Amino acid sequence: MENKKAEEVQPKAPMKSPSGISIIWRELVRDKLALVSLIFLILIMAAVYGTSLVLDQKEIVKVDLFSIHEPPSEEFLLGTDYGGRDVFGQLVIGTKNSLTIAILVTLMTGIIGVAYGLISGYFGGHIDNIMMRILDFFMILPFTMIVIAFVAIVPKYNTITFSLIMTAFLWMGIARLIRSKALQEKELDYIQASKTLGSSHFKIIFSQLLPNVSSLIIVTMTLNLAANIGLESGLSFLGFGFPESTPSLGTLLSYARNPQTLEFRWWIWVPASILILLLMLSINNVGQALKRATDARQRRG
Amino acid sequence: MWKFTLRRTLIMIPQIIVLSLLIFVLAQLMPGDALSGQIGPDVDPERLDEIREEMGWNDPWYEQYASWMGGVVKGDLGDSFRFKMPVSELIGQRMVNTFWLSVATLILTYLIAIPLGIASGRYNDTWRDQLITGYTYVGFATPLFIFALVMLWIFGFKLGWFPTSGSITPGLEPGTFEYLMSKIYHLILPALSMALITTYSTIQYLRNEIVDTKHKDFILTARAKGASESRVYNRHILRNSLLPIAAFFGFEITGLIGGSIFIENIFGYPGMGQLLVESITLRDYTVLTATTLLFGVASILGALLSDIILSIVDPRIRIK
Repeated sequence: MENKKAEEVQPKAPMKSPSGISIIWRELVRDKLALVSLIFLILIMAAVYGTSLVLDQKEIVKVDLFSIHEPPSEEFLLGTDYGGRDVFGQLVIGTKNSLTIAILVTLMTGIIGVAYGLISGYFGGHIDNIMMRILDFFMILPFTMIVIAFVAIVPKYNTITFSLIMTAFLWMGIARLIRSKALQEKELDYIQASKTLGSSHFKIIFSQLLPNVSSLIIVTMTLNLAANIGLESGLSFLGFGFPESTPSLGTLLSYARNPQTLEFRWWIWVPASILILLLMLSINNVGQALKRATDARQRRG
Repeated sequence: MWKFTLRRTLIMIPQIIVLSLLIFVLAQLMPGDALSGQIGPDVDPERLDEIREEMGWNDPWYEQYASWMGGVVKGDLGDSFRFKMPVSELIGQRMVNTFWLSVATLILTYLIAIPLGIASGRYNDTWRDQLITGYTYVGFATPLFIFALVMLWIFGFKLGWFPTSGSITPGLEPGTFEYLMSKIYHLILPALSMALITTYSTIQYLRNEIVDTKHKDFILTARAKGASESRVYNRHILRNSLLPIAAFFGFEITGLIGGSIFIENIFGYPGMGQLLVESITLRDYTVLTATTLLFGVASILGALLSDIILSIVDPRIRIK
């Protein structure tokens, strides 16, 4: 047993490891499902952001009393909702708004979480202890409830304030992950060597430690993106996301809280649900492929 | 053991104080008060000011906080402005419903997770494992509220197998057998919807634990001693893999709270989650602060429970 293991390890040692990006690319191409998902995502994004340049949001959310609850037809591709608004147009705008929020929140939680985790893990000791107690407190808060309460207070909110509220209660997961990685990493020789050379803490953290945890950051942020789409549409579904004048995918689903709509008017809520599912699944597929690519034990090739 | 439990419980006190402060500040910041929408335009504004003064809404915040907390400790959560009854009574009714919903969800979650996790871990990399892993993968990507909507649509409306709202058929006498059955009947669909989605993490965790444990030396020893395959799994592997699952029990509570807000609103189930959303739409702040506080305290207790179970299971945590 021992012998066999040693043999397996040896030939790997002298081999020069390929660069990070080329491994990720190789893994993505090899995993057909992830590749298809990635293409699907790029197409959706291009379509949504492209058409929303042409589509006028105000025109779509304007109430039209003559065409309430119309089933899909030539004029309205996916029918209309209770305000006579075109569901297809709302779907396009909604996907755009949902994606924008999810991307914004993912980026902001990423930046805050990574900085927090790196500093906490790198310095360790008392600083780490205090920072982790603060983080623990945030972790314990029931997210949905606190965000609902916050949204109720802020009288006029827009994309930016809404994503800030979400960010304020979502940065902990990634911070904790990065911190535990930074704790391991700071014991390694290259950090010690850099310290001996007299580099400043700031330089060590951001130009040496950060690149070495980058793969973990990319994977976590991709998976977070999928989760954030779900969270945002969930909040909009409950009526604590965007107002109806800025539809998101969750807004369309929230019409299904009316039993009549749920039972008889599938065209309002089914397309949005399918779209949310597909988006989340394909982002997850890409994320899982990235995870395999960055973890040598799980790599397929 | 006791030292760790005591220390961990002491940490909880500042957490609850900060939580109550946060909720109090949130409630203070909310626009309007319970009087602003409810009283007709013919009421003299001076009278309104008098009422506000009487209720103590013009006192400095620390006095209001102190009197609120004093009430909370005594079990007096104030009166609901909309339901015209003490909040503690209102919450008492709703909490029972949420409690049973959570219990049913937990039971179903473990009923699904344990057999699937064991099958997946024991026969890993076979078609059975791939099927179960596929399920957890989809479960991970499906938002709870979409799944619940689809379940309600199919089983509630299209097939009509289950009731579509409420927690009890009206007109039944409490305490009778039919009353109990009606309660359970109303519980099944919401609990099952939540369990089917939230169970994925437990399945994945159990599978990975079993796959890891399978290759440990003590299992090899047990096999070498001639233990039968079922004995190896039931007595040796399962016992070691189930303990960490038990430790996550407390965290399940936090998940249940977030889920119940969606589930109760979709299935029209009169519990705490529905009360929370109603109280915000109706600007019933005494109810809002009380529900938020209770949910928050429940999450803190859940985390405490998990840490204590973990410390029993894994002595390394105690030493740290």
